[in-house]
Amino acid sequence: MKYAFVNLGRRIFSFLYFMGGLANLTFQTVYLAFTPPYKKDRIFEQAKKAGNDSLPLVSLIALFIGFIFALQTAYFMQRIGSEIYIASLVALSLVRELGPVITALVVAGRVGAAITAELGSMQVTEQIDALETLAVNPIKYLVVPRFVALTITLPLLTLYANLIGIFGSYLICVQKLGISSSMYWRVTFDSLLFKDVFTGLFKTIFFGMIIALVSCYEAFNVEGGAEGVGRATTRSVVTSFILIITADCFFTALFYFIFP
Amino acid sequence: MIEISKLIKNFGGHKVLNELNLNIQTGSTCVIIGRSGCGKSVLLKHIAGILKPERGKVIIGGNDVTKLKEKEMFGLRMKISMVFQGGALFDSMTVGENVGFGLIEHTRITRRELLERIEEALSLVDLHGIANLMPSELSGGMKKRVALARAICIKPQIILYDEPTTGVDPITADSINELIKNLHDKLKVTSVVVTHDMKSAYRVADKIAMLYKGKIIAEGLPDEIKNSDHPVVHQFVNGLAKGPITEAIEQFK
Repeated sequence: MKYAFVNLGRRIFSFLYFMGGLANLTFQTVYLAFTPPYKKDRIFEQAKKAGNDSLPLVSLIALFIGFIFALQTAYFMQRIGSEIYIASLVALSLVRELGPVITALVVAGRVGAAITAELGSMQVTEQIDALETLAVNPIKYLVVPRFVALTITLPLLTLYANLIGIFGSYLICVQKLGISSSMYWRVTFDSLLFKDVFTGLFKTIFFGMIIALVSCYEAFNVEGGAEGVGRATTRSVVTSFILIITADCFFTALFYFIFP
Repeated sequence: MIEISKLIKNFGGHKVLNELNLNIQTGSTCVIIGRSGCGKSVLLKHIAGILKPERGKVIIGGNDVTKLKEKEMFGLRMKISMVFQGGALFDSMTVGENVGFGLIEHTRITRRELLERIEEALSLVDLHGIANLMPSELSGGMKKRVALARAICIKPQIILYDEPTTGVDPITADSINELIKNLHDKLKVTSVVVTHDMKSAYRVADKIAMLYKGKIIAEGLPDEIKNSDHPVVHQFVNGLAKGPITEAIEQFK
């Protein structure tokens, strides 16, 4: 019993320690992101890695989500004879929820893990210390470009995933379920309001920040060689997942009350 | 002059540095010896300002490194270079970019000047025509020398070496010792060398200090350390398996 309490206390303490460290990194990163000099080419390089190179994977997943979602809703809609509403249901779910979250999770797994592994290896081989001795702030040099790149590219990737997902659903509805093409697009665009697109994309800005900060934080705190890098990478992906879902829950509730 | 006084650093409840005091004269070469894991690198990183102590001072040229703000630290960092144990070369950059990194980031010199400075630094460590290779294409000894070239490229006043001769063959080790001596003689830099390679220590040192249990337990000229009758120093410099250092560990177990 006593052991359980001690264990619980230790976990709470380490959680608070983690949140403190992450908050500290967040403040420093945001502050340094707005202090010159701005290294545009480094941001561009990271944006290419995070955004452009994620396109094939995001395309594939979004397309399949579109297929799956159209088929699953068709199952019920056909029973009540309202197949045409598949279009609006898919559009709304994708744009408001599935597009942002799935894209964020894919990027956390693909890009976040890569960031932790790369910077974590730099940490264990003392390259980050070397940066400091060469009078270069590692947060400015390594974290800021990744932070800015991810906050910009994640909304763009999400927008792209939304379009691909809707296109996937379109293929199923028009080719397999016999809905006419013009009808499908009309219902889709009629059901989507500006606020749907906006709230969906707005939260991905924060998902991007979460992925960049968590993966850099874990990398900077790697201890114990290659094994430590492995552990940190796992932790970085898991923590990003949890924080993304938590933030999503928060924003969904917030927007539900702000934009009823 | 580097003055270290009453430096305390804990790692996980273990006192790695325990009220450590040490003075290093400008222009001299001080070698810090001690067993692996006794805190030599930690001490070096305090001088470089990468680690902050729990308590104590590290005064370089009248400034306390432990209390400097980011901006003041910047000026100091351009005067101090560190050569890391494994080289710590940036593996996403070429050798040339590594060596010129400090200049590329902080100065506005022309490309031609930059290339000249890189070539000059590389030739000081006897490496030619490798500026376009990646660090992964180099051998361990070459990496160490490139790391040394990177350190001298910004023309520092103080160079800190973390085990410069560990893990390289004896011939390369000797050429690195030669280099450290040359830099000291030619450029008048202050050098702090951390090592457990006694041959290298005798070769380059003006002064040797021994770190044991978080304190400097002995310091003196190479000959004084060599012939020291302090039992711990005697055991270490002669590389004896039996003695007070190993007995303390036995008791600890």
